Amino acid sequence: MTLVLDKPPTAEPPAESAAALAARHGLTVSGARPSLPAYVRELWRRRHFITAFATAKLTAQYSRAKLGQLWQVLTPLLNAAVYYFIFGVLMDTKHDVPDYVPFLVTGVFVFTFTQQSALAGTRAVSGSLGLVRALHFPRAALPISYCLQQLQQLLFSLGALLAILLCFGVPPSASWLLVLPALTLQFVFNAGLALALARLGARTPDIAQLMPFVLRTWMYASGVMWSIDKVLADRDLPRAVTVLLEANPAAVYIDLMRFALIDSFHADRLPPHVWAWATGWALIAGVGGFLYFWKAEETYGRG
Amino acid sequence: MAAADATPGASTPRTHEPPAPTVVVDAVDIVYRVHGSGAATARGAATAALGRVLRRRGGAEAGVRTVHAVRGVSFTALRGEAIGLVGTNGSGKSTLLKAVAGLLPVERGRIYTEGQPSLLGVNAALMNDLTGERNVRLGCLAMGMSREETRERGAGIVDFSGIDDKGDFSSLPMRTYSSGMAARLRFSIGAAKDHDVLLIDEALATGDRAFQQRSQARVRALRERAGTVFLVSHNNKSIRDTCDRVLWLEHGELRLDGPTAEVMKEYERFTGGRS
Repeated sequence: MTLVLDKPPTAEPPAESAAALAARHGLTVSGARPSLPAYVRELWRRRHFITAFATAKLTAQYSRAKLGQLWQVLTPLLNAAVYYFIFGVLMDTKHDVPDYVPFLVTGVFVFTFTQQSALAGTRAVSGSLGLVRALHFPRAALPISYCLQQLQQLLFSLGALLAILLCFGVPPSASWLLVLPALTLQFVFNAGLALALARLGARTPDIAQLMPFVLRTWMYASGVMWSIDKVLADRDLPRAVTVLLEANPAAVYIDLMRFALIDSFHADRLPPHVWAWATGWALIAGVGGFLYFWKAEETYGRG
Repeated sequence: MAAADATPGASTPRTHEPPAPTVVVDAVDIVYRVHGSGAATARGAATAALGRVLRRRGGAEAGVRTVHAVRGVSFTALRGEAIGLVGTNGSGKSTLLKAVAGLLPVERGRIYTEGQPSLLGVNAALMNDLTGERNVRLGCLAMGMSREETRERGAGIVDFSGIDDKGDFSSLPMRTYSSGMAARLRFSIGAAKDHDVLLIDEALATGDRAFQQRSQARVRALRERAGTVFLVSHNNKSIRDTCDRVLWLEHGELRLDGPTAEVMKEYERFTGGRS
């Protein structure tokens, strides 16, 4: 194969000629970040990968445990039991809140969804380096897929929760349908959060060490085990703190879910403009997180 | 991303005009930055780590060691070429391949490629907790195949890898595989797609003779479909069997670039017959 092109290493072609040659044959710079529309298209083509990856991770999660998939339901229930023992029984919060068990369990499950999505998101890229380095796909598929796994996990938990609700004599009602929009908004919010954290975690692995503390603080501030409005009622806190506590996305999604599921949780216990907050948070986190993640697409898995 | 794959076996008719380039590497320098793995004394000591963080604030990347792995390499690869990369350990072969695959940034220069090159290496881990079958399915979907394609090719990929030769391993988690089996399955997944540019890092050395012959046939088929194949290997025979052109790297510099027979003669004289 003798060719007119210069091959000996001594004769380096000038930069223009290489670039021109590449351009003439439609070659592109390797590893460059695709444009946003192209990126979204590629991601959409990988939708089956995203769902298959989430399902595979979910089933693999407890594959080494003797009880296997039973842990899908046992883990969240045990979590709720621990909080019930400490906050319900020892600290006696249950006298302030009607239907305390469903109230607590809903809070724990909904917050766990966001918490686990954030944790998984932080490690989504840094923990899948083998996959990232072996195959080419839009990296945003990973954090999104991890959030989807958490959503599936939550659906298992919700099944258990519905059983609990029925056991505690909460009759099924039409408001249960509100679960769907609430969960959709929360999923979009979680995905955006996971995308943003995935970029941070990919660059600074130390974030993964820090996240559990941040998330625990967030949990205690989100009214998972107590009712925020009850706590706020007899306090003289600055207005900013009140707004901050009520606008907190985790609290917003938890309140919506309680409103949907628990009969005694009436609309007057919801903070003002709660659906606007829920939608706003989903949009800000979803769009912002996606853009932020995409901006560093070419750097993932390098080094 | 390239359009849908051509049907397997249907080779593109040869044209009479000179083959088009698929990879243009233009005066490329690659520098590794290794964080925090500097002097052994600095590692792990909390005060040293804190110092590193504080110094990084100042702008200069102190505490980060740099390794200049590839220096001023230029070449152009054409359609249908199989190019071997040889060189002693640490000469920058694998680094160069990673950069062509777009997995490492270049310090200076540019790398242009047709489509998205795929790197097949022995270190590329899939998901160890999942079964071989699941890994095949996920790998195919991740590479952008449709669900139908994934279903059609799944069995073929398992057959190609030969992991089921000694029992039904494809339904067991990958963590139960021997390293050779895992490497074979990874290669089989990666090679299942018709890539424009395929980069193979030592992967052909894994597996028994039968598997090596299957993978060499696969490399030939890819070349006939007008793709370009790069092969890094320390096995001079496998370079001679597979490649028609060889790049010889030494200390990150391109020492020779030419037909396999000529370059390998010089390279073997340099290494004294060893590889």
